[in-house]
Amino acid sequence: MKAAGFSALGIEATPAHEGDGNTRRMARGLGWFSLGLGVAALAAPRGVSRLAGIDGSASTSTVVRLVGARELVQGAGLLSGRRPSGWVWSRVAGDVLDLSALALATRQATSPLRAGLAGTAVAGITAVDVLTATRTRSNRAVRVERAVTVNRTPAEVYAYYRDFSNLPRFMTHLERVDMLGNGRSHWVAKAPLRHVEWDAEITEEVPDQVIGWRALEHAGVPNAGQVSFAPAPGGRGTEVRVSLTYRPPAGAAGVALARLVGEDPDQQVREDLRHLKQVLECGEVIKVDERVSARGPVQRRATRLLRRRLATGGRP
Amino acid sequence: MKAICWTGVNRVTVEDVPEPEIMSGRDAIVNVTSSSVCGSDLHLIDGYLPGMREGDVLGHEFVGEVVEVGPDVTRLSPGDRVVVGSFIGCGGCYYCQEGLWSLCDNTNPQPVAQEKLWGHAIGGVYGYTHTGGGFPGSHAPLIRVPFADVNAFPVPDGLTDEQVVFASDALPTGWMGADMCDLRPGSVVAVWGCGAVGQSAVRAAFLLGAERVIAIDRLPERLRLTERHTGAETLNFEEVDILRALRETTGGRGPDACIEAVGMEAQGVGLEHAYDRTKQAMRMHTERGGTLRQAILACRKGGTVSIIGVFGGYLDKFPIGAAMNKALTMRMAQQHGQRYIPMLLDRISRRELDPSYLATHSLPLEQGARGYQMFKDKEDDCVRVVFHPSG
Repeated sequence: MKAAGFSALGIEATPAHEGDGNTRRMARGLGWFSLGLGVAALAAPRGVSRLAGIDGSASTSTVVRLVGARELVQGAGLLSGRRPSGWVWSRVAGDVLDLSALALATRQATSPLRAGLAGTAVAGITAVDVLTATRTRSNRAVRVERAVTVNRTPAEVYAYYRDFSNLPRFMTHLERVDMLGNGRSHWVAKAPLRHVEWDAEITEEVPDQVIGWRALEHAGVPNAGQVSFAPAPGGRGTEVRVSLTYRPPAGAAGVALARLVGEDPDQQVREDLRHLKQVLECGEVIKVDERVSARGPVQRRATRLLRRRLATGGRP
Repeated sequence: MKAICWTGVNRVTVEDVPEPEIMSGRDAIVNVTSSSVCGSDLHLIDGYLPGMREGDVLGHEFVGEVVEVGPDVTRLSPGDRVVVGSFIGCGGCYYCQEGLWSLCDNTNPQPVAQEKLWGHAIGGVYGYTHTGGGFPGSHAPLIRVPFADVNAFPVPDGLTDEQVVFASDALPTGWMGADMCDLRPGSVVAVWGCGAVGQSAVRAAFLLGAERVIAIDRLPERLRLTERHTGAETLNFEEVDILRALRETTGGRGPDACIEAVGMEAQGVGLEHAYDRTKQAMRMHTERGGTLRQAILACRKGGTVSIIGVFGGYLDKFPIGAAMNKALTMRMAQQHGQRYIPMLLDRISRRELDPSYLATHSLPLEQGARGYQMFKDKEDDCVRVVFHPSG
């Protein structure tokens, strides 16, 4: 399927892409740095700890060796060029560990001056890591593709979809879409903690077959999408295929967080398509009475605990 | 309102639950006058099917009176007496339009678990787990019936609740079991299980042209009941070797069609049964497949095995070699009730069918726990307990 509009947005459809050329070079540089530090720490742990102004006891050497091993793994990962974002973030996590270890060790530092310099150096590296990590992150686009078969003709499904103001009926994350004319529309989404809205324009349109759109500049969540309608074999209605690309507000971490709270974009698109099917085939999104039994095992335990606490006035 | 609820494995209690409301224009609210226990409820009570939550209202086989309809309901009005099928159809998807109602694409609002377990989700069902949609069941004075026009069927005048309540589930399930066998005059059919579904399948097989039907169970009273009301021959699997007996009584051919009306908690004898029970208890497989294996081994070459007993997950030691090499046709489904219910109500009103004898016990809603215990233990030769939720 064509991915019209994606390149115009400055976000590419392939999730493998992470960061521009400069960022990738920075990630590689960090890889070599990790490798060097790793080799040094493994080969001469006492030298490294003395350089950092900490005593060279056996336990310190062990810690330094472990740090060295970690750096080697991270260096190899970064130089492999695959998913640099994850590796750079792992460096940030390592920096935090190193800084706290240094802070602890500084109390018994053999040379406070050197320890202070070492801390400053690590802090500097941390800054570079964070900068690189944010950059690799910020350009990452998420691509979702899902399909559903609707027992209606392509013309019917197309006509319904083409009026974007219908979308909130089956896309639970949209509050409303206003059609502005000239292929332009204004979208208002429900998002946790904030209100997201943007204008979009239609980028391609073949009646009864395909609609493509993309968010205009300055959209809070840069996004583009395409939906195609094809007759299902055997007169079984219409195969509706949706393909969405967007840059999540908080990058990979944002996507992970969204998944954690049950907002996985892939599942979301799937559910939206299921709802589209329901609206077109039965005129409504099927609902079930949630009041009757909403007590899963966790809620049940929580309710019991609460009840017991209430009954005993909070005494154990 | 009071309702019979699942409140844990082997725990059935009467609880206070909120009254249902019209949630969509196509809903109806039905005042339940009779609601039957079903063998498939035992899988929930025994804890073999996932997705039940404490406080879920049980029951999916019922008859009642429409008390309220949404603005988009056209075929029903308050006061109509209706039988409602256990599986909910939408009427608009490909499957409903093909008559495969239990496969409805749209009526399970929580399809993700079934999609993970089975690849696809099937239609919603009343009082049968949240993986099955989470619709409250019928052991309550009031129930919400979605898409009422396609799911609720008016009861012909002059029939009692006992005569029509099984037209909701047991009868159409049994009928479908026989229908899937493509019976011809002279067909010989074996049916595993003499509960209400099995006995319905026996009756249906005769009405669809079978010459002989052999029914299999272990409870003498159920076997006697089946003989008396359906005219089937019977075999007790605790007394005879079923494979040998079926082979001999059919002159060495084996039955032309074998209907499995037992499901995942099949009883059995000997080592095989002990093996199945152990593995099921250890959660190493979810089904006990003794009856299904027998059906496959007993069936004549080129015959049909029809599965209407409920299975949920994975079965071990499935005799695929026998099924493949003997060129068996295997058909199975949850009931496509909407396809059969009007025809069955018609046959009941013409006295061609009278399943009322299956309602061996009648209890008020308050005795829900007692009713299920009797049913599970087959106490007092219980075949079916029917509750009367609206008093």
